[in-house]
Amino acid sequence: MSYPFPVQQARPAVRALYPVAIVVVLALWLLPLVAITITSIRSAEDLMVGNYWGWPKSFDLLENYQAVFTQTAMARFFFNSLVITLPTVFFVLILSTMMGFVLARYRFRGNMLLFALLIGGNFIPHQILMIPVRDFMLTIGLYDTPYALILFHTVFQTGFATLFMRNFIADLPPELFEAAKVEGSSPWQVLWHIVTPLVRPALAALGVLIFTFVWNDYFWALVLTQADTVRPVTAGLATLRGQYVTAWNIIAAATVLVAIPPVLMFFLMQRHFVAGLTMGAVKG
Amino acid sequence: MTDVLRASATPNSRPGSLWRRHREWLTPVLLLAPGLILFLLIIVIPTLQSFRLSLYEWDGIGPKTWVGLGNYTELFADPQFLTSLKNNVIWLVLFLIAPVGGLVLALLVNQKIKGIRLAKSLFFMPLVLAPVTVGVVYSWFYDPTFGMMALIFNVFGATAPAILSDPDLVTFGIVAAALWPQVAFCMVLFLAGLNNLDEDVLGAGRVDGAKGFPMFWHVVLPQLRAASFIALTVTVIGALRSFDLIAIMTQGGPYGSSSVLAYQMYEQAIFSYRMGYAAAIATVLFGVMAVFIVFYLSRVMRAEARRER
Repeated sequence: MSYPFPVQQARPAVRALYPVAIVVVLALWLLPLVAITITSIRSAEDLMVGNYWGWPKSFDLLENYQAVFTQTAMARFFFNSLVITLPTVFFVLILSTMMGFVLARYRFRGNMLLFALLIGGNFIPHQILMIPVRDFMLTIGLYDTPYALILFHTVFQTGFATLFMRNFIADLPPELFEAAKVEGSSPWQVLWHIVTPLVRPALAALGVLIFTFVWNDYFWALVLTQADTVRPVTAGLATLRGQYVTAWNIIAAATVLVAIPPVLMFFLMQRHFVAGLTMGAVKG
Repeated sequence: MTDVLRASATPNSRPGSLWRRHREWLTPVLLLAPGLILFLLIIVIPTLQSFRLSLYEWDGIGPKTWVGLGNYTELFADPQFLTSLKNNVIWLVLFLIAPVGGLVLALLVNQKIKGIRLAKSLFFMPLVLAPVTVGVVYSWFYDPTFGMMALIFNVFGATAPAILSDPDLVTFGIVAAALWPQVAFCMVLFLAGLNNLDEDVLGAGRVDGAKGFPMFWHVVLPQLRAASFIALTVTVIGALRSFDLIAIMTQGGPYGSSSVLAYQMYEQAIFSYRMGYAAAIATVLFGVMAVFIVFYLSRVMRAEARRER
């Protein structure tokens, strides 16, 4: 039964008006997004004569989005973001499964300390890492290459991901592991044949979350990259704003484009996404 | 584990079974090693290096000069630092709207009616947007001449304030933008909590005649404790971490009036080449956040200890 009350059992007037109320709140909620999307299909002419919110003279959807790809470096930024994000997700999933397995299945001195360190590392301000990490990347020659961002994001996200995997693996039925022990399986066999197949839902949830976190990162893109040939979409969009100060239709189109991959990912994998975010919100 | 330790203590003469003998403890070590080494290298050591660097004067290239606590004494006399700190407090306080707003929205859509799944997804959407996207979207929304905000004010015959160039309003404008995804985040957490309400307890409450606010306060909210705790934690951490929106919407301006510690630190390092001073700001921010992190950790650790038993 839905708390505070199930609408189905309410008075007819409430029943009829409830969906309307939700739609109204939702419309207000998404108003800024609607504004930018409308702007992204306006023509330069409209903007020139100050027709910002009236009926558009023409719908320049294709023209504007095409302009973003052909007249700006956005296509390159997009490619850079993929080059950074996809390998990061891959490495994080591998590392965190390995570490999460050990933290969940082995009791050893320092286990809790490690656990605490990972949580702490997940919450610290990025600025405390900024100067030394930047220097480190400069020293090993990775500064201003995609590898710098891949390396940093992989390590940073592995902290969070390991906690996630640890809790997930710790909740797997203990009988499975006992059976494996009786059969004399090696730890590798346990990890490969028992854990890996069972953690797939967790990997899916983590995959979408990490993708979104890394795709959306701006701070490290600023700190570890400089060249347009390396910068991801977030930093690229910021650069674009400096260049196209008045061409709001182009900026708007670019903004919508930056938002599309995470939004798409979210809608396709919503269940996993929500499950990932709310782990620990239910029990704990 | 004791068997493992004994096994590792006995020297092995047959090389063929060396791995077999030791795999019980070697495997976990090997599995942990890559992640752990990287974590030390990229997270733990740099944190310590920043602490140390805050005691030096350094332009990023030349030699480092030891100044002791000099950076900190300078910091507490720096009006910009005090402005940033004050803004951090404003962020922190106003961000507490997020759990409340998230709970209200969660209660609104916690229904089983047609199309509610889509409605929920649309409510969640700001959460997956990059802060940079949110920043651009709100900059456009706030634009005092062309933005939708100006349009709304004009409808009522008023002139929209130039939120992002007014030192008294700018931080509030940015926080409002930042609250958008944060409320969505809290909403997701509370919906998960509401989904797991214990029907029996609710029913018992109803039988006892509880309804309205007392019912919410005494019966429902205690069951949302885990969700509330996490919502509060991510909100506090999110407030103190604020950087992206400030960088994209105002770059700390006008005249540093919207800066926060995280942004001031970045500015000092990247634009003023004052690495030691920047590290000192980062250390102060770390100290502030450590209070919350330790509080969070102690609670999680206690929960873990219960679980072990």
